[in-house]
Amino acid sequence: MSKARVSPLRSGFVHLALAGYTVIALFPVLLTILNSFKDRNAIFRTPLAPPTANTFSLVGYETVLKQGDFVGYFQNSLIVTVVSIFFVLLFGAMAAFALSEYRFKGNTMMGLYLAIGIMIPIRLGTVAILQGMVAAGLVNTLTALILVYTAQGLPLAIFILSEFMRTVSDDLKNAGRIDGLSEYAIFFRLVLPLVKPAMATVAVFTMIPIWNDLWFPLILAPGETTKTVTLGSQVFIGQFVTNWNAVLSALSLAIFPVLVLYVIFSRQLIRGITAGAVK
Amino acid sequence: MGSLNLKSIRKAFGTHEVLKGIDLEVKDGEFVIFVGPSGCGKSTLLRVIAGLEDATSGSVQIDGKEVITTPPAKRGIAMVFQSYALYPHLTVKDNMGLGLKQMGAPRAEVDAKVGKASSMLSLDPYLARRPAELSGGQRQRVAIGRAIVREPKLFLFDEPLSNLDAALRVNTRLEIARLHRSLKATMIYVTHDQVEAMTLADKIVVLNAGQIEQIGSPMELYNKPANVFVAGFIGSPQMNFIEAGRLGDSQAKTIGIRPEHITLSRDGGDWKGKVIHVEHLGADTILYLETEVTGLLTVRLFGEHRYDVDDVVYATPDKALMHRFGADDRVQR
Repeated sequence: MSKARVSPLRSGFVHLALAGYTVIALFPVLLTILNSFKDRNAIFRTPLAPPTANTFSLVGYETVLKQGDFVGYFQNSLIVTVVSIFFVLLFGAMAAFALSEYRFKGNTMMGLYLAIGIMIPIRLGTVAILQGMVAAGLVNTLTALILVYTAQGLPLAIFILSEFMRTVSDDLKNAGRIDGLSEYAIFFRLVLPLVKPAMATVAVFTMIPIWNDLWFPLILAPGETTKTVTLGSQVFIGQFVTNWNAVLSALSLAIFPVLVLYVIFSRQLIRGITAGAVK
Repeated sequence: MGSLNLKSIRKAFGTHEVLKGIDLEVKDGEFVIFVGPSGCGKSTLLRVIAGLEDATSGSVQIDGKEVITTPPAKRGIAMVFQSYALYPHLTVKDNMGLGLKQMGAPRAEVDAKVGKASSMLSLDPYLARRPAELSGGQRQRVAIGRAIVREPKLFLFDEPLSNLDAALRVNTRLEIARLHRSLKATMIYVTHDQVEAMTLADKIVVLNAGQIEQIGSPMELYNKPANVFVAGFIGSPQMNFIEAGRLGDSQAKTIGIRPEHITLSRDGGDWKGKVIHVEHLGADTILYLETEVTGLLTVRLFGEHRYDVDDVVYATPDKALMHRFGADDRVQR
């Protein structure tokens, strides 16, 4: 670490800016969690106050756990997210390896083609996707969601991972070839362990939009057995009456699995983001 | 058990031709060094022999068997890389044993061979460590050990000493020479350092711009360079090249004389000149002269000599050791 002297005024401003940003970023999350522990009147009368002995209430959580199959929704969300991340990482890394390692005709074009997905939102194809899923009989299955999310996550994954794989030394791969490792063994046993930080970065970037997505569950898998958490929470939002206690509680609960996954990946994530910048 | 035969190997990357027809024969047990300036294709040639690059055309035979379509692992070769290329997540022992394990050798055999190689290279205390916990020299020894364990027909070294510091380089060089003597294996070694080439090789192959300039033993190359390029590349300090016309030789284009084949005197001699710069190295004294006849001239004297800048001296070349090169830059004999 550098020990260069920085004027206290300057570092003070930096900290102020960062602290300000932290407050802004955390404020809605904090507000959601605080209010989920209050009764309905308190939510509307004093939305910014923390729960007191008088206003404390777990009614929201009780509603959430009683009404609907929330454990099931959680399970669906987890299955969809984890399986999608797995496929995005597996196929993304494989494609990235091929693009960065092998010289073949149309290599650059293929890379660009795969990167187009970063710029064009997959939702533009919703109608076609729905027709396709109907034709394939996959409506109201988690498979439909997993397929869509895998497709959605691949472009960014390939883009980031192929950049990282270029940095893996050629000599190392060649040493593996001379030692008789197959191309698959070189990929799984030599290259993947070395790009782990990048994989974690991709995993986090892939995970959050999938977990938060409302669009595709609503269109492709709105059935009771395949509802995800975000879709499940919508039960409490009515056209005329909204059960705010329940909505806030459901959202608070939904934060935790993401938080856990994030903590798992975060150590690697920071290394992935700063790789190259700090050697 | 380890001969190599290359026939008109060509390699092009797109339209750029890197190897322009290489023919070479390496006998069993020879230590052959490819040497040349960077970009001359020596590493590419080694990769073609290893099977890591496909030649555009030509044939590679190991032990008389065509291997151009054989994958690297089945060619019976082992390679040591400049960057060591150790598997970072494996211990020293697993690094050395991986190749055999992949071939399906029984565990006891792998252990025995790894043990033998590690004691040969005094790596025994480090077997359980990972590459990150080793110094540069130790890593390169592990890389060499990994090659030995495979008991290959051909050892390929790709600039193995370039990443080591000077002292370690000399030690490792000795170690490789000893290894060659004890294993009696065929070794092919790529370097841009002519000192490594001169000290290690049985046979040096001088490459330039994708072509072989000359093949020969170190002393052959030193005493009888075939052309201007080899004459200039082998030997340090570099050979002096003088326009033949200035010496009154109308048949040749260039005259070459090595700095150590010139004697100096303050009293009289062939070429009168002035000292421009002196380098005292203890064992040698190297002088740079500006002479009336030849222009800039490097002279190497053995031992310590007192000359100062601007001293007037007379240089006399040893006529028998002059090299005459014709208009095509080839030697005239």
